[in-house]
Amino acid sequence: MAAPTIRSLRSPLGRVRGLGAAKGGTHHWWMMRVTSIALLPLTLWLVFSLARMPDATWQQATAWIGRPFNAVLLLAFLAAAFHHTAYGLQEVVEDYVRGEMTKLGALLAVKGLCAVLWLTATLAVLRIAV
Amino acid sequence: MSKTIDTREAVMVGRRSDGTLVRRPLSPHLQAYDMLQMTSALSITHRITGVVWSVGMVFLVWWLASAAGGEASFNGAQWFFGSFFGILGLLGLTAVAWYHTLNGLRHLYWDSGRGFDLPTTYLTGRAVLIGTAALTALTWLVMLITWI
Repeated sequence: MAAPTIRSLRSPLGRVRGLGAAKGGTHHWWMMRVTSIALLPLTLWLVFSLARMPDATWQQATAWIGRPFNAVLLLAFLAAAFHHTAYGLQEVVEDYVRGEMTKLGALLAVKGLCAVLWLTATLAVLRIAV
Repeated sequence: MSKTIDTREAVMVGRRSDGTLVRRPLSPHLQAYDMLQMTSALSITHRITGVVWSVGMVFLVWWLASAAGGEASFNGAQWFFGSFFGILGLLGLTAVAWYHTLNGLRHLYWDSGRGFDLPTTYLTGRAVLIGTAALTALTWLVMLITWI
């Protein structure tokens, strides 16, 4: 292994100080827990609800989505799930993508895609329910 | 970019008390650890199932949007979900969703500061695997009973 060199007069600590990756790490960590707790009952409800309508017609499906109870829980699931998805994929990107510009681009793409998908699904539920 | 390299370099190089530079040792990572241990295998599976579920969310959005779009578009989506690849995908997604949910519960348990000793870690790990199989089977049993 090559002998290590330091090509700078600044101390190692001075060079890394302020370069932490997350900045708002505690908030990110906490929101992952909050959304995951919300998603526990919502996922149980959604998966078993969907499992009970394998051969639903359009009339049956829209009637189910349009029922206020289901519509509210669907909107809650979509909000919690896409928040959790965006934050989770952010962790994956931050861990594996090298290079500041590539990382920033990937993060913006992930956040943008999650926002658009969440809005699309939310609009769909609202159009059926309202 | 240059900052990233600089940061890595800065934290990897240390100095002995006599002033000579020394490359700090990396913790033995992929070369030394057996990747097929249950602990590390379940850990990376949690991340993979999270990413797969993210992709699966696109299908939920498609299903809802097709229902809002009218009967014809809804029937198109339903045809796909009822096709061979649709059923295969949904079956996989069911297992992925239950795994990520149950292992997420395991993570919340760890967050409370409990369950870190090795016997408990293996016990909860096995519980997640058995629970995933059981819930996946139950979900599809419910589906089959409704369908018949």
